Amino acid sequence: MEYLDFEMPIKELEDQLQKCQIIGEESDVDVTATCKKIEKKLATAKKDIYKNLTPWQRVQLSRHPSRPYTLDYIEAICGDTFMELHGDRNVKDDKAMIGGLGKIGDQSFMFIGQQKGYNTKTRQYRNFGMANPEGYRKALRLMKMAEKFGIPVVTLLDTPGAYPGLEAEERGQGEAIARNILEMTRLKTPIITIVIGEGASGGAVGIGVGDRVYMMENTWYTVISPESCSSILWRSWEYKEQAAAALKLTGTDMKKLKLIDGIIKEPVGGAHADRAGAFAKVKEQIVIAFDELKDLSDTDLVIQRMDKYADMGVYKE
Amino acid sequence: MSAWFKRTDKGIQTATEDKKDTPKGLWYKTPSGKIIDTEELKKNLYVSPEDGYHVRIGSKEYFELFFDENKFEELNEKLTSKDPLKFEDTKKYPERLKAAQEKTKLKDAVRTAVGKSLGKDIVIAAMDFAFIGGSMGSVVGEKIARAINYSIENKIPFLMISKSGGARMMEASLSLMQLVKTSAKLAQLAEVKIPYISLCTDPTTGGTTASYAMLGDINIAEPNALIAFAGPRVVKDTTGKELPEGFQRSEFVLEHGFLDAIYERKNLKKQVNLYIDLIQNLPIRSEVKV
Repeated sequence: MEYLDFEMPIKELEDQLQKCQIIGEESDVDVTATCKKIEKKLATAKKDIYKNLTPWQRVQLSRHPSRPYTLDYIEAICGDTFMELHGDRNVKDDKAMIGGLGKIGDQSFMFIGQQKGYNTKTRQYRNFGMANPEGYRKALRLMKMAEKFGIPVVTLLDTPGAYPGLEAEERGQGEAIARNILEMTRLKTPIITIVIGEGASGGAVGIGVGDRVYMMENTWYTVISPESCSSILWRSWEYKEQAAAALKLTGTDMKKLKLIDGIIKEPVGGAHADRAGAFAKVKEQIVIAFDELKDLSDTDLVIQRMDKYADMGVYKE
Repeated sequence: MSAWFKRTDKGIQTATEDKKDTPKGLWYKTPSGKIIDTEELKKNLYVSPEDGYHVRIGSKEYFELFFDENKFEELNEKLTSKDPLKFEDTKKYPERLKAAQEKTKLKDAVRTAVGKSLGKDIVIAAMDFAFIGGSMGSVVGEKIARAINYSIENKIPFLMISKSGGARMMEASLSLMQLVKTSAKLAQLAEVKIPYISLCTDPTTGGTTASYAMLGDINIAEPNALIAFAGPRVVKDTTGKELPEGFQRSEFVLEHGFLDAIYERKNLKKQVNLYIDLIQNLPIRSEVKV
């Protein structure tokens, strides 16, 4: 278990608890009361810490190294019905963008999402969840396949951004994202989008146009990472906390701005503290959203989706 | 190399408000070092007669370039930005807006208008880089969306002239959603088969490239314009690689298949109208033939 800086009080109490239990096992001293006391303190500490998270702390949680990633969700939700599909039919198979078909109950879904790695080797293999243009084109290929057969699409967003690489630029990163956004606005099948980690800018919205868009509690979604925002506007990397607050990037802010449809509650301590709990919540939300959308005609679906996005923006006449 | 003249600070040190569009003063120096009388430069559509360098211009100059006798009706000119996020960095967003408005005499970073170009109606949205780096916020998104609506309702071709650093950070996620909003409108425009021409000018980067700038029925550009998703400095810092000569310039982007053509400024009006006549299978106007 890895701890973030603001989680240190929790770590201390957990260490104390462990020591107390060891003493109990290794000696005749009755530690039940002491252990109980520590457990109680631990519960209170957790409640206090996670209830009052700052925007920057949520950003940290969204990047927690033990946090579940796209494939973890899909495999937990679909079990052995999941069939991964590869390639953009043009350049290559992008490992940072995964996709495939799977069942929830009797219903097939097309799952698409950015994929991060869980150790140094797999992080590199997945390019830290930063897709290249071929990743976006693979995603679009799968969405068009889903549309053809009337299969609803679920996209899971978790990226620090589209990859700003030399080859990515040569192969049209901007065009790939633009094309996806345009095609998703008119895709004739339901799209359910969930931010499960980082929702950074064009790289996220490139698979993030949905009839229903949700954010998990400890995620962020905005136009730029707090670090980059700090470096551009404050001309220093030191203001990431202020930038995180200024950008209004949490689920609560996004809901208030009417840019998302809802927030998915996470287990206390975050999705990594109780993975099964997090998977169940996400699955439940997908089922609810699909239920709301499944009886709409293709035309109504697209009109409602376009109208929703047409309303986004604040200005005065 | 001695350290005293090395640039130690990375990143742009010019405040956004100080970024200039059209040159002021008597003389203008092009990046290749040529010095030109600004009057002469203006007469030459702000293209250096010495080396063909295309100086950045704004909506005023592009409207003058495209609309016959500079006659046009501006659409939704009163739309201005609010501060929904109460955004504050080293400066409050409303102060930045006010400063930009006073400096540029513009309301925001895009102007939209309808008028005749070589005798036929055209709707044009032209961005102004001088206004907070041509950044796209709610007003830019809404004005473009309404201009496209005007195109759809009146069956008039749409020309988008991009010149932008990308999404406007001070409107954060609201800016990000303008990518979707404008793209959704372009999908509607495509549905009714009205031509959309995207003209990329220096610079067209970030969220603009990741939405309307790359979605034209044809994408065209002025020579040597920077057209990128991630700008060259970000690419260099991320990859640690040396960037090839001309990286992300119009000619490079054309070579990699994302532009249909590059036209010099003086030919833009003719070429855009030629495409409009050709794609709609209409007789080619006599002015276009010349």
